[in-house]
Amino acid sequence: MLAYVVRRLGQSVLVLLGVSVIVFGLLHLTGDPTRLLLPLEAREEDVRQLRALLGLDDPLWLQYVRFLGHALRGDFGLSFKHQLPALTLIFQTLPATLELTAAGLTVALVVAVPAGVLAALRRNSALDALCSVGVLLGQAMPVYWLGLLLILVFAVQLGWFPAAGRDGLASLVLPAVALGAFSMARIARMTRSGMLEVLAQDYVRTAHAAGLRAFVVTYKYALKNAAIPLVTVVGLEFGILLGGAVITETIFAWPGVGRLAVDAIFSRDYPLVQAIVAVLATVFVLINLAMDLLYTYLDPRIVFVRSRG
Amino acid sequence: MSAVVGPETGIAVTPAVPAGAGVRRRTSFRAVFGLAVLLLMSGAAIAAPRIAPWDPGRQMLAKRLRPPAWQARGLREHPLGTDHLGRDILSRILYGGRISLGVGVSAVTLSACLGVSLGLLAGFHGGRTDALIMRVVDVFLAIPYILLAMGVVFALGPSLLNVILVMAVTRWVQFARIVRADVLSLREREFVAGARARGNRSLRLLLRHVLPNALTPIIVVATLELAFMIIYESALSFLGLGVQPPTPTWGWMLSDGRNYVATAWWLATFPGLAIMLTVLAVNLLGDWLRDTLDPRLRV
Repeated sequence: MLAYVVRRLGQSVLVLLGVSVIVFGLLHLTGDPTRLLLPLEAREEDVRQLRALLGLDDPLWLQYVRFLGHALRGDFGLSFKHQLPALTLIFQTLPATLELTAAGLTVALVVAVPAGVLAALRRNSALDALCSVGVLLGQAMPVYWLGLLLILVFAVQLGWFPAAGRDGLASLVLPAVALGAFSMARIARMTRSGMLEVLAQDYVRTAHAAGLRAFVVTYKYALKNAAIPLVTVVGLEFGILLGGAVITETIFAWPGVGRLAVDAIFSRDYPLVQAIVAVLATVFVLINLAMDLLYTYLDPRIVFVRSRG
Repeated sequence: MSAVVGPETGIAVTPAVPAGAGVRRRTSFRAVFGLAVLLLMSGAAIAAPRIAPWDPGRQMLAKRLRPPAWQARGLREHPLGTDHLGRDILSRILYGGRISLGVGVSAVTLSACLGVSLGLLAGFHGGRTDALIMRVVDVFLAIPYILLAMGVVFALGPSLLNVILVMAVTRWVQFARIVRADVLSLREREFVAGARARGNRSLRLLLRHVLPNALTPIIVVATLELAFMIIYESALSFLGLGVQPPTPTWGWMLSDGRNYVATAWWLATFPGLAIMLTVLAVNLLGDWLRDTLDPRLRV
């Protein structure tokens, strides 16, 4: 067990190193970062000055080591636009994004798990069909379109929720639904197939035969086991939602990291873009590490399989 | 996830009942529907210059923001209405399909080439090569791809080629993972060992014996990825980083329509519907392919 945890930690560190290479490369993509950093009409001597200032004349590996050293200390430089440390800006907006992501995931789970369980229990019923239509639509609907439709119906026509901004619980509803819809579809689908598999197991039949109430069998025996693979999926799903938040926040003018990122990209604020990509990737890696460790706790068999593989 | 379960009871299958027989009948109707919609969409996109009633870029300011034909102020010559510059929405959707489907198919092809090659390499060589490639896969999974894509497209300039490249480079891991897993088990199989014993060299072994047997999951993943890429492309367009105007794309149309959500619902509704229908059709087809060819991949 300990060996597995150590190995898994080591992997996470490697992944974060890889992320740092890509984040570093982002700035060097066009060959000359000063072109990205300075306005287009910058004078030649300004370009030279900035090159010297940023140490861009040094060999690439040295620049990377320097970048990594700063990054490890949480120093991604000043945001050009805001003239504040990039990390400070991110920590100001991260709570809003995490709130939105968590709400989206909650909406997804609260709808999807019961729907998946019911669909599995009443297989091939009208309810099952309804669920699978919902799943298909949920997977085919782009988040930005769903967001616009939600605004059109619930904000413009019915006036139930605000169309934009972050102001109390009511403003969280539409963005959370828009963001969670895609995950909802996937989780419902997984719950259904997981439940179908577990319901076919001998121990479920035995539990039924032993006279346990159907409710107890379903929720205590079947769902618990069907939920194990869901744990990993929830971790991955969280990452997808973090990415999806970029678009959702743009539509709903939600003051989170995603909107900060879009804004930073369009104002050529590369230190800020680098910092955001790095922070979001780190959050993703940490959550998946936690989920994997939780997984081994829920299903100890997995450690042996993975240690051998 | 992959166990085959009997149709009605949920009890494990007895040999007398063909696995999933009832399910397959139903899915094939879905597949036909998906295929029909997809053919219609691609046909319309290819034939856009012939069938579109108007030039998609033609602005007729006198007729701006007209609703669809069946509404009070609608005009018969603009069945789906006009946008804020008086451009015909139907024509723009027909032309936009060329970008969505064209970019989607190109990006999937490219990312499949990349992912399959690296997946083959990782699975077949194992050891350090495998470990290295799989760590790279992890890195790409960890990075929020849409941000990476936006950053890269913005730095390189949003051309058609750059958009396709970036989409492929951020999604190849999907192919690499599935191919690697397949090759890991294939290379232990007897026919591969036999081919090796006959003196086949690695490359030939890979291309002649391993790859053909790993083709099924590749086709399935490619189909499902196409659906994803269509959404991905329109998301980039929506954010202003896709193929640039005046080329009409569904994502741009949605983004334009965003400002008129309260007053002119048809601007954003129809392109969104086009995206949804296309993605739905591709997904239905992909689901059917997966269930028929390779039920193992089911999630």
